[in-house]
Amino acid sequence: MLSRVAESVFWMNRYIERAENYSRFIDVNHQLSLDLNEEVPNQWLPLVHTTGDYELFAKKYAEPSPVNVIRFMTFEEENPNSIFQCLSKARENARTIRENISTSMWEVLNEFYLYVKDYRKLYLETNGDHGDTLSMGLSDFLSTVRKSCQSFYGCSDATISHDEVWNFALLGRFLERADKTTRILDMKYFILLPSVHDVGSTLDLLQWLSLLKSASAHEMYNRRYKKIDPTDIAEFLILNDTFPRSIIFCIQEMQEALEKISGLKEGLPRNSAQDATTVYLNRLRSENIKSIFDKGLHEYLDDIQIELNQIGSKIVERFFTN
Amino acid sequence: MFIADYSAKNIYDEMFSNEGFPRKSYDFVKTKMESLGGIELLKRSSSAERALMSLGITFTLYGDGGEQERIMPFDVIPRIVPSEEWISIEKGLKQRILALNLFLNDIYGEQKILKDKIIPRDIIESSTGFLKQCIGLKPPKDIWIHITGTDLVRDGAGKFHVLEDNLRCPSGVSYVLENREVMKRTFPELFEKLTIRQVYDYPYHLRSMLENLTDVSDPVIAVWTPGVYNSAYYEHSFLAQKMGVYLVEGSDLVVENHKVYMKTTKGLRKVDVVYRRIDDTFMDPSSFREDSLLGVKGIFEAYKRGNVALANAPGTGVADDKVIYSYVPKIIKYYLGEDSIIPNVPTYLCSEDSDLKYVLDNIHNLVVKAANGAGGYGMIIGPKSSKQEQEDFKELIKADPRNYIAQPVLNLSTVPTLISDKIESRHVDLRPFILYGKDIYVMPGGLTRVALRKGSLVVNSSQGGGSKDTWVLG
Repeated sequence: MLSRVAESVFWMNRYIERAENYSRFIDVNHQLSLDLNEEVPNQWLPLVHTTGDYELFAKKYAEPSPVNVIRFMTFEEENPNSIFQCLSKARENARTIRENISTSMWEVLNEFYLYVKDYRKLYLETNGDHGDTLSMGLSDFLSTVRKSCQSFYGCSDATISHDEVWNFALLGRFLERADKTTRILDMKYFILLPSVHDVGSTLDLLQWLSLLKSASAHEMYNRRYKKIDPTDIAEFLILNDTFPRSIIFCIQEMQEALEKISGLKEGLPRNSAQDATTVYLNRLRSENIKSIFDKGLHEYLDDIQIELNQIGSKIVERFFTN
Repeated sequence: MFIADYSAKNIYDEMFSNEGFPRKSYDFVKTKMESLGGIELLKRSSSAERALMSLGITFTLYGDGGEQERIMPFDVIPRIVPSEEWISIEKGLKQRILALNLFLNDIYGEQKILKDKIIPRDIIESSTGFLKQCIGLKPPKDIWIHITGTDLVRDGAGKFHVLEDNLRCPSGVSYVLENREVMKRTFPELFEKLTIRQVYDYPYHLRSMLENLTDVSDPVIAVWTPGVYNSAYYEHSFLAQKMGVYLVEGSDLVVENHKVYMKTTKGLRKVDVVYRRIDDTFMDPSSFREDSLLGVKGIFEAYKRGNVALANAPGTGVADDKVIYSYVPKIIKYYLGEDSIIPNVPTYLCSEDSDLKYVLDNIHNLVVKAANGAGGYGMIIGPKSSKQEQEDFKELIKADPRNYIAQPVLNLSTVPTLISDKIESRHVDLRPFILYGKDIYVMPGGLTRVALRKGSLVVNSSQGGGSKDTWVLG
């Protein structure tokens, strides 16, 4: 396939995955804030830290009020990672590679984009400055965003050949997902910092629970573990090799996609993107949660992000530039 | 609101005779639409619009309110061409393409037609579409024009004329196919009862025509687009998708050892056939315009050496120069010994003194067009223009008479069209698409373009035109 097309497929999927994750972040935080009411004043700031867009946010908004953060993460045109911008870019990528995807995929994505665009317009016109009405419609909006991402994946799965295009799609999707799972886990670092004596309190449990929900891992976690426990949660989200949002699962998927794109099957020499993924996967497989906590969870998550970035640049180097 | 109130006087209407009776071909459609009633028709019209929107068949308008995405306006009342008329149109179009192709072979070859003084040599040599780089060139199978979109109009008496030939990168065929799909969803009952000749296999004809350009078995075919910002990008990707071939931009291609390759995730891959949707002179900065950023260096040389096939061949533009257009009946006679089946619109050439004088004196009654203009630009419609505009245009003509032709204002035929909540008459033209491969294939029907503004004769989409589905019955 054309290098340009591979790159667009990759990014289209990253943006969709990012939009989905953002909608989870916001929704869970919103629900949590409803439970906590005034107890925790700066409930929304950690979210902006987690996504790594704090600087941009601070430039644009005076305070991390719920309205501002929600607006920034959902509709802000100047935030390249807002749901609206992710959708615009995913759709623009799709437009440049339409001949490689199915009409129904395009239709799902296009209608999705039009929905977000219309909703945004309505929001900006009617309640740009105060949060009441936004809060009322917010859950429905975010839930539609998540469902639309899911139907895009479902539709891709069922309507295009599982060939190279498909494997580049998986590569983008799982690289982005792994990155976002590290950020979800890291969210607790930003929330937790204030005080140590909260550990084990209702608030603490609520926060860990919300973290699981952000990864849609709540039910699957419960089936595996009996109680809410930070170590178990981290273990589940990093090392469970059957849960589709855990880091190890994502890297397994990436490795498999890379094998299919350029691995032994194609009779091609191995390349650095593939090697880096395999090496890292083996390393993860040899870890356990105790050693991770010994290193410090936050530091460990930082390492994963660096590792993922390196794999990402090797993919770019090997396949997208020639 | 309905058709009962419709009137189309002093004009050839596609649906109604001058006496106000529906034409035979429209009988069923008229009855059916009447029985649906106005409200139902409006409902279906808006559901058709929604379908086009969600398919993303849109173009972007930049204006006061920022960017706006619009669908190409689409009217649900079909335009019907009776089959007996279609038979002669089809014959006429084949004849025309055949003759124009022989003409291109000749003027880039022996130039017999110039030596026999059928066409003055300076007209050819001064045409911007005439590429001297193509002299002596032998395209595969001697075919130059693989894809044509010929614009047809009816005059006041209902007779079809050729308004212009589009031999470079004619666009619009994707709308024909998409309009048809939407119409089938919108009015299934009409399709159940009528035998409407289908158009969905156009991409297969196009693909096999492209395959025919090379002897390579299982050739790699690509549609070459200027990119996502081109107004016809939708069509380029549509055709690539429907044919199942690659869609490439100039930056995806590279020429090595006079062969054309595309950059893939597995390295370079040879390309055998390119359906280019990019103008001649932008194709190759090393042979034509040096400033072209869209082009591929060396592709013309690769083409000349027979290492890649291009459709349409470079150089075809000379045959759709509007001055040379006026010679097409002579061209047909010269190469085929036949009279042209579909006549031209009478045309005055400003390069000829007597015609020039007539044009300058009668500009208020004429349509004057630039010889290489397109999209409704570079033209003036006499009766619809102000005195000042006419004077300004006269200066343009006098400064460069070779570049202008004039034609009488044609009273284009009309078709009933849904305008907000009324049915009104609007002018239309017709662009059938013709493919020249092993045989010549004429798509039954084509793109009917509608001038949506009341009284307007300009049907170009860039000037606010819309489209209708075109049905050839039987």
